[in-house]
Amino acid sequence: MVVGVLALQGDFREHLSMVQSLGVEAHPVKLPEEIQGLDGLIIPGGESTTMGKLLVDFGLDAAIIDRFNKGKLAIYGTCAGMIMLARDIEDYGAQPRLGLLDVSVRRNAFGRQKESREEDLTVQGLDGLFHAVFIRAPIVVRVGADVQILASVEQGPVFVQQGKLLASSFHPELGSDTRVHEYFLRVVAHSSIQEV
Amino acid sequence: MMKTGTTNVKRGLAEMFKGGVIMDVTTVEQAKIAEQAGAVSVMALERIPADIRKAGGVARSAEPGLVQQIMDAVSIPVMAKVRIGHIAEARILEYMGIDFIDESEVLTPADVTYHIDKWQFKVPFVCGARNLGEALRRISEGAAMIRTKGEPGTGDVSEAVTHMRAVMSEIRRVQSMPEEELVHEAKELGVNVDLLQEVRSAGRLPVVNFAAGGVATPADAALMMMLGADGVFVGSGIFKSLDPLPRARAIVTATTYWDDPKVLVEASRGLQEGMSGIDARTLTELDKMQVRDN
Repeated sequence: MVVGVLALQGDFREHLSMVQSLGVEAHPVKLPEEIQGLDGLIIPGGESTTMGKLLVDFGLDAAIIDRFNKGKLAIYGTCAGMIMLARDIEDYGAQPRLGLLDVSVRRNAFGRQKESREEDLTVQGLDGLFHAVFIRAPIVVRVGADVQILASVEQGPVFVQQGKLLASSFHPELGSDTRVHEYFLRVVAHSSIQEV
Repeated sequence: MMKTGTTNVKRGLAEMFKGGVIMDVTTVEQAKIAEQAGAVSVMALERIPADIRKAGGVARSAEPGLVQQIMDAVSIPVMAKVRIGHIAEARILEYMGIDFIDESEVLTPADVTYHIDKWQFKVPFVCGARNLGEALRRISEGAAMIRTKGEPGTGDVSEAVTHMRAVMSEIRRVQSMPEEELVHEAKELGVNVDLLQEVRSAGRLPVVNFAAGGVATPADAALMMMLGADGVFVGSGIFKSLDPLPRARAIVTATTYWDDPKVLVEASRGLQEGMSGIDARTLTELDKMQVRDN
């Protein structure tokens, strides 16, 4: 099993070290040809407008969508990564993105940086609370029929899954609790078995 | 329980800037160009450093109306500068909901002895540093992000290089120090031993460290990334050039693909001449912004 972390911008190093600490091979990815051979891809936190622009400029969007459509790739997006995965972005309809996950998201849904927060969440499938860090975070404002909500806060859903796609508004990579990454790696393992 | 303004969320926003470019802007139009070019954040100010240098006199925090217009115009985070030690300018920006405050030597210091106690604020601060001691003293005061000082407004990257190399080589030296030398080193640097131990075990600063002060070309940005910067600030380099949008785009690309010469060639090709600049070695001590605090 090989996991790539999109390394265009943002906190990709934290994702890489978290996946590697779980004993799984992980590489930074910046070019379309590096998507080939991946079983899983993580899109990190960062600035979604920056990431989206580079994603399109370098043709990574087509390479990722192609491998996903072939059923060979599971993807997890955190914060900006969630925005990259979303089908619709409220008020920013033209923003470049992958559009694979059938949700609408609202950018900066809590407000500006002074509303960035830490909060304990109940996450479906995890025992006990998960300490979540939200930074100028988006929330999900619409979910498609195939989308499962794994965690919510007062303002709306913040962790969702649609088959091989996983997206969280918060940043598990900034802490030391690896359970969300372990969950994603199980999704990756499960889908690479199905593929065989 | 929900908490805001914590060290985690302050340092966390800086983590999200990594691998990105933060651009100085003085108008709404420039802010939109920066966002379009892929900036991770914009720094709202009344004059860019090259013009502050030219104008002389006292440089102060930007007028709140201008900062607000820029905050309203873009969806990316907005930073603004305050004078060193100017608690009131910082409180004004915090109240307005600015995303990050730069307590900056580019403006004329308001306090020649003390920096702001940044732990007292809910918004994160970035501060300049020329070496490990300065960086760690600013972090002790609550800075959530560090940048090199370089020599702002010159378009000469050499001082930023000197400062980044100084921080990196001092970190390597600390990593090889036995405990008894560490206590002495902490005294010499004027920093807490615990903080120095944290640097020793992590092999890096506990906060994100950007390059700033003199970055003018895509290759300058790539150079700073090669030297270990987490990202770059570009002040005068973009809007003092003849081709702001293509240059801004090229610097964004170069900051991501700093280790890929093929992409750097493509990004740099066709740009017009950069800002004319000033050789930093010709500045007198009085002209230098980097010596305004330590």
